[in-house]
Amino acid sequence: MSKGQKAGAFDVRNVIAELIGLYGVVLVVVGLLDDSAEVMEKTGGVNANLWAGIGMLVVAAAFALWSRLRPTVVQPPARDEEGTGRDG
Amino acid sequence: MDDQLKLDASFVDYALVAAYFAVVLLIGVAARRRVSDSLDFFLSGRSLPAWVTGLAFISANLGAVEIVGMSANGAQYGMATMHYFWIGAIPAMLFLGVVMMPFYYGSKVRSVPEFMRRRFGTGAHLVNALSFAVAQVLIAGINLYLLATIVNALLGWPLWVSLIVAAAVVLSYITLGGLSAAIYNEVLQFFVIVAALLPLTLIGLHRVGGVGGLVDKVTASGGEEQLSSWPATELSGFENPVWSAIGIVFGLGFVLSFGYWTTNFVEVQRAMATNSMSAARSTPIIGAFPKMFIPFIVVIPGLIATVLVPEVIEAKANADADFDYNNAILLLIRDVLPNGLLGVALAGLLAAFMAGMAANISSFNTVFSYDLWQQYVKKDRPDGYYLKVGRWATVGATVAAIGTALIAAGYSNLMDYLQTLFGFFNAPLFATFILGMFWKRMTPTAGWAGLVSGTAAAVTVFVLVETGVLDLPGQGGAFVAAGAAFVVDIVVSVVVSRVTAPKPVSELAGLVYSETPREVRTDPDAHRLPWYRSPVPLAGVALALVVVLNIIFR
Repeated sequence: MSKGQKAGAFDVRNVIAELIGLYGVVLVVVGLLDDSAEVMEKTGGVNANLWAGIGMLVVAAAFALWSRLRPTVVQPPARDEEGTGRDG
Repeated sequence: MDDQLKLDASFVDYALVAAYFAVVLLIGVAARRRVSDSLDFFLSGRSLPAWVTGLAFISANLGAVEIVGMSANGAQYGMATMHYFWIGAIPAMLFLGVVMMPFYYGSKVRSVPEFMRRRFGTGAHLVNALSFAVAQVLIAGINLYLLATIVNALLGWPLWVSLIVAAAVVLSYITLGGLSAAIYNEVLQFFVIVAALLPLTLIGLHRVGGVGGLVDKVTASGGEEQLSSWPATELSGFENPVWSAIGIVFGLGFVLSFGYWTTNFVEVQRAMATNSMSAARSTPIIGAFPKMFIPFIVVIPGLIATVLVPEVIEAKANADADFDYNNAILLLIRDVLPNGLLGVALAGLLAAFMAGMAANISSFNTVFSYDLWQQYVKKDRPDGYYLKVGRWATVGATVAAIGTALIAAGYSNLMDYLQTLFGFFNAPLFATFILGMFWKRMTPTAGWAGLVSGTAAAVTVFVLVETGVLDLPGQGGAFVAAGAAFVVDIVVSVVVSRVTAPKPVSELAGLVYSETPREVRTDPDAHRLPWYRSPVPLAGVALALVVVLNIIFR
């Protein structure tokens, strides 16, 4: 079995981690800067941006970790041997 | 659209929306340039893992219609809307994975019209390709209308300007991104939508005092029956609870949903991109797991809106027939999400609507240029010629969708409209498909005659309901139309098959179950997979879970 190339930046898990991670960072910053009464009235007293942002950072980290631990190996085209169904 | 819907988006929100589209564009550009070998990973046909195609499978359907339409139903009918997921999707998805996928993947039939042509010849093919093309343009119109609604709410542009601008954006999105990056975008979009709707649901629940508070408030407003999913008399429009349950199980659960999920080639295509028969079969089955929990972040917000959003409370209290329940989730977003999360929600909604419309337009494009134009108008031209035809078809379909968007704008509950469409096109298709797959005696003439008469039956029921001859409020009319289409299709097909000549058995290999060799429809390596990766045990777990959900939320 030939050793394929890692999908790296094009692994969809990394793309998910980057976008959701970016959203997480932005939301945490917004949550820390803006906890005005107006915002609190909307959310019923919870700093929604902060908590949602933290949640997204956790999800992003999980995806990054998953793709780091189980990298996707791109099989060279025109082959079909066993051991393909591997996750990722 | 009223001014009240204007969302107070700030710079941060626009930036988050822009970030999403930047990523999507990058994926599209990278896919186009094929800059590295690793890109072949997502371009090469059969190489994606089942969890990716499984998410793409439900994401391709988690568009505007589902989010806006189902939250509208949640606001109008309450928990009964859960049936659209637990009865109206999961069983059909499992059936597709367990029974039909071996057949699709093994016989290498890639589109429903293509199957029709090989099984029944050009008669059924033409009927199917034409009705599919028309349905796609109509549904693209619904997606476009909802997209324009968001743009209207966000920027305050008049509806017709929003329509044209949104159509132009979708057009360039298709041209730039292309089909190849579609699955990537769908997986990404799934996570953005969850990132938007989960906080919306949780904050909404917090505002009304948790689950207990929601139950108390809905009960106090006189909507007690909205809290139970069975027997859903309000949803089906049948007063008798037994008939209501039968209508839901047969009309929605069997005819409508099986027709939609098992013959829709936008969906089936997702499963074809996997690396093995087992992964292809697992695609809809893996998708079933997130699918059964999606209603909690789509239907529940609709229910929350009925006790939290002033406009919806008022419409409910006055039984206002003109109220547009499609706005329920947008109004809740306006009232609940602060700037920041608002941007995530807008990105998710815009992404869903654009992806939905792009999928409709691209599949229209495929069917038009290959199944219709190449087959019936100009044969045997070079590939480049059909690519050019496809491009013009894309433009034409986008313009036509602006027209159908205006039709969609005229209906207060979009799902009524859509259910009607499914009844017209999908129910007879499923009947013909399933009969032709398992009954080798079915003849080519029966193929098209069944489709035409089934569709005609659905139209007849629809007209009777619209003109008031049959009195079925709610979604009952659509259920009955779909049921009639199914029954008429089967009856006509059987009768016509008895008096016309069947295809020779030798031409049916790979098309009819009994004529397909076992090795073509099974996976030789299947026994080596652990249980959580083999389709049938997984489907059993999914089915058990959905029964439990139905019992908990009955």
